[in-house]
Amino acid sequence: MGIALALALSAAPAAAQTVAITAGTVALGDGSEPIPGGTVVIRDGRIVAAGRGVAVPAGAQVVDATGKWVTPGIVAGFSRIGLVEVDAVDATNDVEAGNSPFSAAIDVAPAVNPRASAIAINRAGGVTRAIVAPATARSIFAGQGAVIDLGADMNAVMRARAFQFVEFGEQGTREAGGSRAAMHVLFRNALREARDLSRYSGIPSGGGGARQARANDQRDLPLEEVPGANSLLGPNVNRPDDVLLTRFDAAALVPVLQGRQLLLVHVERAADILQALSLKKEFPALRLVLVGVAEGWTVAKEIAASGVPVIASALTDLPNTFEQLASTQSNIGRMRAAGVKVAIGMIDDEEARQVRLSRQYAGNLVAVARLPGATGLTWGQALEAITSAPAEAIGMGEQFGSLKPGRRADVVVWDGDPLENATAAEIVLIDGVQQPLSNRQTKLRDRYRTPGEGQLPKAYQR
Amino acid sequence: MASNSRKSLAALALAALAIAGCTRDKPQTASAEAPPRTPPKTYSHDPYPSTYRAYPGVLTAITGGTVYDGEGGRIERGTVILADGKVQAVGGPDTPIPDGATRIDASGKWVTPGVIDIHSHLGDYPSPGVEAHSDGNEATGPVHPDVWAEHSVWPQDPGFTRALANGGVTTLEILPGSANLFGGRSVVLKNVPARTVQQMKFPGAPYGLKMACGENPKRVYGSRNQSPATRMGNIAVDRATWARAAEYKRRWDKYERDGGDMPSRDIGLDTLRGVLAGEILVQNHCYRADEMAIVMDMAKEFGYHVAAFHHAVEAYKIADLLKANGVCAAMWADWWGFKMEAYDGVTENIPLVHNAGACAIVHSDDPNGIQRLYQEAAKALAAGRRIGINIPDEVAWEWLSYNPAKALGIAERTGSLKPGKMADVVMWNGNPFSVYTRPERVWIDGALLYDSNDPSRRPVTDFELGQPGEGDVK
Repeated sequence: MGIALALALSAAPAAAQTVAITAGTVALGDGSEPIPGGTVVIRDGRIVAAGRGVAVPAGAQVVDATGKWVTPGIVAGFSRIGLVEVDAVDATNDVEAGNSPFSAAIDVAPAVNPRASAIAINRAGGVTRAIVAPATARSIFAGQGAVIDLGADMNAVMRARAFQFVEFGEQGTREAGGSRAAMHVLFRNALREARDLSRYSGIPSGGGGARQARANDQRDLPLEEVPGANSLLGPNVNRPDDVLLTRFDAAALVPVLQGRQLLLVHVERAADILQALSLKKEFPALRLVLVGVAEGWTVAKEIAASGVPVIASALTDLPNTFEQLASTQSNIGRMRAAGVKVAIGMIDDEEARQVRLSRQYAGNLVAVARLPGATGLTWGQALEAITSAPAEAIGMGEQFGSLKPGRRADVVVWDGDPLENATAAEIVLIDGVQQPLSNRQTKLRDRYRTPGEGQLPKAYQR
Repeated sequence: MASNSRKSLAALALAALAIAGCTRDKPQTASAEAPPRTPPKTYSHDPYPSTYRAYPGVLTAITGGTVYDGEGGRIERGTVILADGKVQAVGGPDTPIPDGATRIDASGKWVTPGVIDIHSHLGDYPSPGVEAHSDGNEATGPVHPDVWAEHSVWPQDPGFTRALANGGVTTLEILPGSANLFGGRSVVLKNVPARTVQQMKFPGAPYGLKMACGENPKRVYGSRNQSPATRMGNIAVDRATWARAAEYKRRWDKYERDGGDMPSRDIGLDTLRGVLAGEILVQNHCYRADEMAIVMDMAKEFGYHVAAFHHAVEAYKIADLLKANGVCAAMWADWWGFKMEAYDGVTENIPLVHNAGACAIVHSDDPNGIQRLYQEAAKALAAGRRIGINIPDEVAWEWLSYNPAKALGIAERTGSLKPGKMADVVMWNGNPFSVYTRPERVWIDGALLYDSNDPSRRPVTDFELGQPGEGDVK
C-alpha cells in the first residue's frame, strides 16, 4: 500500500515544464462530482485543463494516477496556521497580543512562520493554502489576516491584509466590556473614527464596493505605502479629541469602511447573525464574510438574501455556549440548500495545527446527508466546501481552490477518496512545485518503528 | 462519634478474648463472661450505589451484517441475538433465530459492541461550558483523592446524547481533570439518560483513581509558588502521598483484621487504600515516555498497578515497556502540539503500541471527539498500514471496546459480543471505519435507546427542551 508515484518534478517552478496527471479520479473542487479516468494538465505553475477527455500535450511529463484521486489542494477556510509552534508556549504563539496597545492595525503577515511544524505536517495532509486570522485580546477587532500557501519555502504569504477580523458575539462582548450593546457602540464608534480620519485626510470614502476595489486593488500594500493613505498617518492629520482608537488602528479600518478590505465577522447566535448582516444598511460599502454561524440554518433565508458568504464550523452540534444553542451538523447543509455560499472553517478548533482535519469534517457532512431528517452535502459539495468555497469567500476563487483553467496548480494526488479516514496524500503540488511530505512526525515515527535500541541509542537513528 | 468510640473499645476487648460461638444477639460488653466476636465496624465502600436498571428490550435478532465481536473476531452475514438484556448468541447465517424474535436486517451494515470511552469529562465539564458548570478540577491543592467525579456529573449534559447518537458510545468513564497529581475518583457510567448519576452508574464497575503527571500539576501549583513546581516535585509529592496511604492501609487493615480502636477516617486515603488493595484502578494522565517509565517504577515501589496511561502521546517510544508492565495506553489518533509534552505526537502512535503487543485504546477527552472515536481509530489504523503494520479492522475494534473494558475492569460484562455479556450493541449504517458511516441503532443492555430512523428514539436533555433546535438531528 501507499507506494508513492514516480513523480520527479523539479524543485523549482520550471517555467516550461508541462505535467499531465492521467487516469486518476479527478475532482475539480467546484461542487461537481468526481470524474473517473480524468486528466489534469499543469503548465507554468497553473492549471491548463482538468477533466475527462483532456488531451495530454506533447512532451508533457506524464504521471500515471491509475487508482488514485486527484483534487485541488485543501484550503483551510479559517485557521491560525503559521502563527503557532506550540500553543501553550507563549513565545511561539503569535495568535493574540493581550498586552499590545493595538488592535485593528495588527497584521499577521510578518508573524507567519513558513517553517512552523504545523505547516509541514498539514502540507503532508494535503492542505496547500490557508486563510490565517489573528485572535482578539483587548478589542473586538483582532487585526488583519492573510492568505498563505503551505509551500516548503520562505514565501508563505500570498496576500497580506486580506481581511480584518472582528469578534461580534460572546467573545466580542467580553472584549467590548461586557455587553453586546457596548460591543455595537464600540464597533460603530470605530468605523466613525475611521470615517473621520479618512475625511480629514482627504481619502475618498468608498461606496463602489467590491468592483471598485478590484479595479484599484491596493490590498497587498502596507498602509504606509498606499498612495494617499500615507496622509492617514501623517503628522498633520486632524482628529477629533474624543477618540478611542489609536491613529494606526483607525487608519487600518479605513479600507474596511470603504469596502477595499473584507471584514470577517465571527457570529454564532441567530440574532447576532442578523445584526451583523444589518451593518450593511448602515455601512453600505462593507464587504462581509460571516464566520462560525452555528445558528445560521435558523436564519438561512436572510443570509442567502444578503449574498454574504459564510465560513462555518462543520461539526459543532453541542450548545457549548448560549450562542450555539441550535447547533447541528446539518447547519452547513441546510444553509447551502437555502442558497447560502458556505465554506468549512476551523473556528477556534485546533485551527493552528490541525487544519488537515478539514477533509474529515467535509466527509462527515456527506455522512450526515445519509441520516434521516438531516441535511448534509453531496461529495462534490463537501470537497467544494474545503477548496473553492473558502477561496471564493475570501475573494480569491479566480486564483486557487479549484482545477479550473488558469488557477494556481495546487494539486494533490491521494491514495484513495480524499474525504475518507484512511486516505493520505501521495503527491502535493503548490504552484506546480512538488512539495516534500516529510516532517518531524514522519521522522519520529520512523525512529520508533521498533521501540528498542539497536547498536547505538535512538539519538543516532535518523 | 461517642458511640463509635465505645463500640471500638468494646471491639478491642472482644478481639483480645476472642471467644467463638457467641451470637449477635448478645449485648456487646467487655464482660469476661460472654464476649462476642463481631467484625469491627468499618466504612462503606459503596456509599452512593448504582441504581441503574436496564430499560426493557425485546428479543431481537440482528441478521445479515458484518459482525465484529470486539475481541478480534469477524463474521460475515452474521447473526446477533439479544435477549433479556444480554447477548444470547453470535454466529453465522445459520444461527438459529428464536421464535418471536424481532428481526432486524443488517445486510450491508455492520454490528459491533458499543464504543467505550475510557476518558471523558461529560457531566463534569458539560455543555454549555459556562463557569457555573466548571466542575472537573478541584484545583485547590495537588492531592485530592477525596473528590469523586460522580459528585460533579450533571446528567443533563447534552454531550451524553451526542456520544450516543453520533458516537455509538454505550459506556464511558468520567474522570476528574488533570490539574492535580491525585485528581480524585473516576466513575464508569452506562450512557443512558437519567435524572441522577446513580441511575447511570455501571453496576459493579470498579472505581478509578485519576492521577496526572507532567505539565498540568506543576504549572497550576508552581504558578502559585506551591509544590509541585517541577516534575521532580510531582513525583516527590506523589511518593509522600503513597507513603501516607500505605500507613493508612496498614492501620485500617489491622483494625479490620484485629479490631481495636477505629483508626481516624480520611476520605482521600480511603481511595488510595482502595488502590493499594487492588479495588480501585489507576487511570494516569501522562504524555511523555520518560515520565510514564518513572510512574511505572513508582507503582512498583508502592505496590499498585497503573491500569492505563491516558493521552500517552509518546507511548510509541516505550511500547515495549508498556507491554512488559501490562499497562494500557489510551490515546488520541492525531492530536499534537497544543503543549510541550504533546509536541511529539504521531498518527502511528496507536498502531505502534498495538504492534508491540501492548494494550491500545482510543480515547476522546473531548465532547466532540467522543462522537467520532471510530473515525479516530480508522485514521490511526490507516497510518499504521502505510508503514506496514497490517492490523485487520476487526482486530482494531479492540481499541474501541474490549481494551477499554479491560482497563476499566468490566471486560467480563461488556466490551465484546459474547453470549451472556451485556447487550451493548451498535448497528452501523455502513463500515464504521468509513467517514460516511454513522450509528443506525444503539442498544444498551438490550434496550433500543437510539434509532436514526425513529425521532422518538432520540434523547433530548432537559437543558435543550424549549430551546432552538430541540429534538433536532444533531
